[in-house]
Amino acid sequence: MREQILTFLEKNSKIDLKELAVLLGSSEEVIANEVAQMEKEQVICGYHTLIDWEKTSSEKVTALIEVRVTPQRGQGFDSIAERIYNYPEVQSVYLISGGYDLLVILEGKSLRDVSSFVSDKLSTLDTVLSTATHFILKKYKDYGTILGKKSKDERMLVTP
Amino acid sequence: MRNPLSQKIMTIQPSGIRKFFDIVSEMEDVISLGVGEPDFDTPWHIRDEGIYTLEKGKTFYTSNAGLKELRVEIARYLERRFDLHYDPVHEILVTVGGSEGIDVALRAMLDPGDEVLIPEPCYVSYLPCVVLADGVPVTIELKEENQFRLTKEELLAAITDKTKILVMPFPNNPTGGVMRRADLEAIAEVCIEKDIYVLSDEIYSELTYGEDHVSIGSLPGMRERTLTINGFSKSYAMTGWRLGYICGPQVIIEQMTKIHQFAIMCAPTNSQYAAVEALRHGDSDVAQMREAYNQRRRYLMHAFKEMGLPCFEPFGAFYVFPCIKQFGMSSDEFATRLLEEEHVAVVPGNAFGACGEGFLRISYAYSLENLKVAMGRLGRFVEHLREWQK
Repeated sequence: MREQILTFLEKNSKIDLKELAVLLGSSEEVIANEVAQMEKEQVICGYHTLIDWEKTSSEKVTALIEVRVTPQRGQGFDSIAERIYNYPEVQSVYLISGGYDLLVILEGKSLRDVSSFVSDKLSTLDTVLSTATHFILKKYKDYGTILGKKSKDERMLVTP
Repeated sequence: MRNPLSQKIMTIQPSGIRKFFDIVSEMEDVISLGVGEPDFDTPWHIRDEGIYTLEKGKTFYTSNAGLKELRVEIARYLERRFDLHYDPVHEILVTVGGSEGIDVALRAMLDPGDEVLIPEPCYVSYLPCVVLADGVPVTIELKEENQFRLTKEELLAAITDKTKILVMPFPNNPTGGVMRRADLEAIAEVCIEKDIYVLSDEIYSELTYGEDHVSIGSLPGMRERTLTINGFSKSYAMTGWRLGYICGPQVIIEQMTKIHQFAIMCAPTNSQYAAVEALRHGDSDVAQMREAYNQRRRYLMHAFKEMGLPCFEPFGAFYVFPCIKQFGMSSDEFATRLLEEEHVAVVPGNAFGACGEGFLRISYAYSLENLKVAMGRLGRFVEHLREWQK
């Protein structure tokens, strides 16, 4: 049941729990309890909205920054990750396998914003060995949703 | 000039759905719940395989019976899902959709005057295909109180000395009815005793909710008298690829292959390659689509309950078949007025046989958002009807 609820909420967190209960063949009470419990356990960490900022007038620049760091004794990557993720402009921080260690996703108002973050804040951290910054030029698909594409029903209207 | 047409073709009526389709096509802002195909796109990995094989120039005929590779995968699939055991070399024929299987099987098996039992309501093509194959269609009227299942008694009452084939259209279009194992066992017993062949159209076999589909050909003593039709259209959302298959005893498949060879040659080649990919890696797609259909099914049943529209709970395909007899009008009239007044298209139940009168076929191969708007409109329509009736 939990997995079914999560699968649904991941795609549509706005759904009315009463309706969700109908769809999953359960009762509203059961669903509400499960959701509350999962919020408490932080299985559900938040409810966000997917926005195509391209379609708005606000200026945003998103960058993916590959960061190589020296892990610290006793703490591995956790403490350096924390140093980085505490910046509010940092959207995501992932520990990555392969050629570098941390992938940092940063949102800024302009290129200058991003570059000053990288040169002034990120690079100057003692444990940071190197950074490589990639700017996102266009988002085609985000969180499983294809952006800006409206699908049309191509089927004939009535078929046997 | 002489009449270019045969007498036989002139006896066949065009599909009842056609008339409705013509009206709907003229209208704007219609929400249609009248479609008999999945709303999902074919899963990308399957489409990608189709593209890849086109790029690689796999554009030639395959063997008449279909790609060996595909037939092997079909045999494996049927074994793993439905406990059916067919030899991929001699007992499987890949066809252009399940529909070709229906036609070819009837043509290979019927002599003039042979009777074919067709439980109705059902898909529209069995009856004309029987006529075209010089057989005599004999319909059996299924009842709502039996959840539109075929009972042993109904079957026995329809059998004559001339009965040769029983068509088994389950999971059923248009009712959504399914036959459980015990129901099938009762039917199998009669078929064996009366020496009747079964043409089992299982195109919706992947779309059952609750219990898994049971294939009548897997029951003891039924393998040698059953032709199993299945395909990719509904389970993998591949209607436009036109690909199905029919499996059965070698003696029948062999003769069917002759007809197929002369009439069709082979099923579309790149559809066949895509189907191999579907069978190898498509199980999770099917499961996902099944879950989505099931949610919509529950939603519709709930909506009907709220608006006081009686409907037996269907456990298969993607149709519900609510009863509208309380409004004292024909299915045609109800559907036409619903279309005119609320711009919602559904298919009148009698398009699938006379005993579908008093019912509507509502497809839930639509997004939940669509269904919600449509149910809102249907609810309003039903309210109006009740007000006028007072």
